[in-house]
Amino acid sequence: MPPRASKRKTAPPNSSSVTSSDGRSVFSKTKTKGLGKIDRLFNSYANSSSGEIDPDGIVALCSDLGVDHTDVRILMLAWKLKAAKQGFFTQDEWRTGMKALRVDSLSKLKKVLPELEIEVGKPSNYEDFYAYAFRYCLTEEKQKSLDIESICELLNLVLGAQFRPQVDSLIEYLKVQSDYKVINLDQWKNFLRFVQEISFPDLENYDSGLAWPLILDNFIADFIRTLREP
Amino acid sequence: MESKTIDFERGWDHVYKGIKQLRRILEGLPEPLFTSGEYVMLYSTVYNMCARNPPHNYSQQLYDKYREVLEEYITSTLSPSLRGKRDEFLLRELVKIWVNHKVMVRWLSRFFNYLDRYFVDYRSLPALNEVGMTCFTDLVYREVQTNIKDAAIVLIGKEREGDRIDCSLLKNVLDIFVAVGMGSMERYEDDFEADMLRDTGAYYSRKASSWIEEDSCPEYMLKCEECLKKERDRVFHYLRSSSEVKLIEKVQHELLVTYIDRLLEKEHSGCRALLRDDKADDLSRMYRLYCKIPRGLDPVADIFKQHVTAEGTALVQAIGAASNAPGVQEHVLLRKIIELHCKYMAYVTDCFQNHNLFCNALKDAFKVFCNNTGTDSSSAELLATFCDDILKKGGSEKLSDEAIEETLENAVKLLAYINDRDLFAEFYRKKLARRLLFDRSANDDHERSVLSKLKQQCGEQFTSKMEGMVTDITLSRENHAAFEDYLRSNSAAHPGIDLTVTILTTGFWPSYKPCNLNLPTEMIKCVEVFKGFYETKTKHKKLTWIYSLGTCNLSGMFDQKTIELVVSTHQAAVLMLFNTSDRLSYSEIMDQLNSTHEDLVRLLHSLSCAKYKILSKQPDTKTISRSDYFEFNSKFTNKLRRIKIPLPPVDEKKKIVEDVDKDRRYAIDAAIVRVMKTRKVLGYQQLVSECVEQLSQTFKPDIKAIKKQIEDLITREFLERDEENPNTFKYLA
Repeated sequence: MPPRASKRKTAPPNSSSVTSSDGRSVFSKTKTKGLGKIDRLFNSYANSSSGEIDPDGIVALCSDLGVDHTDVRILMLAWKLKAAKQGFFTQDEWRTGMKALRVDSLSKLKKVLPELEIEVGKPSNYEDFYAYAFRYCLTEEKQKSLDIESICELLNLVLGAQFRPQVDSLIEYLKVQSDYKVINLDQWKNFLRFVQEISFPDLENYDSGLAWPLILDNFIADFIRTLREP
Repeated sequence: MESKTIDFERGWDHVYKGIKQLRRILEGLPEPLFTSGEYVMLYSTVYNMCARNPPHNYSQQLYDKYREVLEEYITSTLSPSLRGKRDEFLLRELVKIWVNHKVMVRWLSRFFNYLDRYFVDYRSLPALNEVGMTCFTDLVYREVQTNIKDAAIVLIGKEREGDRIDCSLLKNVLDIFVAVGMGSMERYEDDFEADMLRDTGAYYSRKASSWIEEDSCPEYMLKCEECLKKERDRVFHYLRSSSEVKLIEKVQHELLVTYIDRLLEKEHSGCRALLRDDKADDLSRMYRLYCKIPRGLDPVADIFKQHVTAEGTALVQAIGAASNAPGVQEHVLLRKIIELHCKYMAYVTDCFQNHNLFCNALKDAFKVFCNNTGTDSSSAELLATFCDDILKKGGSEKLSDEAIEETLENAVKLLAYINDRDLFAEFYRKKLARRLLFDRSANDDHERSVLSKLKQQCGEQFTSKMEGMVTDITLSRENHAAFEDYLRSNSAAHPGIDLTVTILTTGFWPSYKPCNLNLPTEMIKCVEVFKGFYETKTKHKKLTWIYSLGTCNLSGMFDQKTIELVVSTHQAAVLMLFNTSDRLSYSEIMDQLNSTHEDLVRLLHSLSCAKYKILSKQPDTKTISRSDYFEFNSKFTNKLRRIKIPLPPVDEKKKIVEDVDKDRRYAIDAAIVRVMKTRKVLGYQQLVSECVEQLSQTFKPDIKAIKKQIEDLITREFLERDEENPNTFKYLA
């Protein structure tokens, strides 16, 4: 997912250290050391004036990791970091994420990526990751929906590997239809439910009398129609 | 009488003599009847034998003797006469001995009456007549009960076949069955009725199976009616009334229930055929026969509904296919639908007694075809146009007031079958506005009557705006009187032209787009004067002028003669430009008038290319182009002194449909919120059905539209989908 520029309202806090009343650092030696490595790794990609990793930094990180910056694994990383803004990692997010991954160097980060994929794939995490992917792409403060093009890219990125036929048909439809110019979170969530629950391409267990979003009803109707008149 | 103890043998001897005398009387031998003295003696003897202290109390012995006597009487005299007898003879003999037995018991009981008074209760023994009954049952009844039952049933069978039988004999026989039950109907029911019903069932089953083959539906039904009547008579004449329900049920089952499908579906005479051929009597009979049977009317109502639906659909298609001029076609369609409605309503009322099933069947049928007119216009629009045609001047002047009322009443009834009631309201309102403002309404009373009918049918909210419109017109008239007073008292303010202003309350009336037309100075002055007057009345209201709805009378000074022209305000504005210029181009007119191209083309067309050419156009083509030039056509003339130059109205159909769609979205939105606010958590399907229910008075909402609004409400964070159950929604306070 190509990172997007966005306006940040407040500058993140600089790396902080807590000192006790006698001036000594509270953190133990080993922890400081661990944090140190993580911070050093952070600083190697961070923008020195803003104090956080910006889109350029992420591109550099990706290249070092040997991963394309549009790769879904970067999105997974962002999820693990609980990154708030698309294209940016703050120091806190970085620290939290690296600690959770038990990683403090580039090589370890590279090695941990496959494990991360498995972790994300777990049913208990996957829904959360999926919804996160949507929210991650919202750039404006009050934005609740994503435009169709972004949705198509996101669908491809997140679901494409596992549900290729459905995703392809759905993307094709989304681009062609004109009823909806944006998709909201509820509809997004239901795309996942759709690919997971409905058998494809026979669509035997789809019931438009249930509460499927209208866009899916329309997609199904269109799909069936095109099946009849190739 | 001295009360002294009496010796049993002596006492019994006396009584027994009396009994022997009784027997001889019963046998029909010449024996004098008991005198009251003799009777008293016998009674007293018994009394003396019983009202004693032991050991002189012979109550028990007398009680036993009573039974003995009876048993002896039965076995020696009564039973023998029955033996060897069969059928009707058996029945007759039985009745005879039963009568005798009863008499014997009655008299004996009188003699032994004292026992009944005290002894029986004291020892909790059966009373004397009970003993009598038991003896008869044990010694007579049990032996013959099967034979008499069979004989009775045979007689009934004969009667069914048309033979005359002795009804009172049967009645008496059945009385015996009842009596033997001693207070309960068990013997009658078990020993007679059960088999009688079975036999009845078998009989009618046989009959039905042959009738259903041979007879037409009406013939069959007639036979059923007769049979049922005869069975009821049977009950009246000899069966017990408690048998009626079971008997009728049995007969109905064999005749009507078993063969209901074959009967109704008979090809040339079944229900469909009867409806087709307008056989009201037969249909009434069908109703009468089946209304008492649980769910018996369901198939009939179903066929009725199918028939009406087919008729209606065929009607709509036929008229759709016919190539009349549009407008005429639609008028004809509605008239025919109304006729159809009246016809089948009459069936519902007359043949089907206004039964719920048939009222609903009619309603459902009409709903099917009333919403699909097969033309460009929706049925809502057609109906509104239909009413407009009747209510406007020149519409139905040939009809009497009653005929108009009736037609309007029937038209309003049709509204119940049309789904898009709100669309009808909009069209009706638009047309009502035109009628009211252009003084095209034929009759105020009819207008009001339609509104009150609509209110009755669809509720107050439906007609509140329309009523407001009518009120506005009335108020405007009053207002106009005040305006005239104002002008009289302020003669300087008088604009020099007769001016009438109608004030419309926004909200009641359809929305009109305001226009920024440049008016001629004369009209501007009118507007100013009225504004001045209006401000004296109220300072809080704002006036927005809608010139497109006004009319103007101009004097056209043509060469030959002056003709009064009745035109719209816009048309007048165009014409008056030619007071100052002889010749104007399209663009000059456009500039001076500040109109839109669309409007101007319409205006100029009506004045130069239509029936009356008040302006001459160069070039003299049939359409208006932006390079045309116009001149006042002084050569114009007409034999009338006053002509109306019509301005064809803009087709507002599309806009009306759009407006209604928009209103519907709001209505659906509000309905969903209302439902969810109350229910807090609700499944999707239930939410949809409750919304449809809520909106049903006004229109039939599209399920997709409801789904779309739900999604909109999710985006606006009024609702959310339940995490656990994606088909359930929660209200977010």
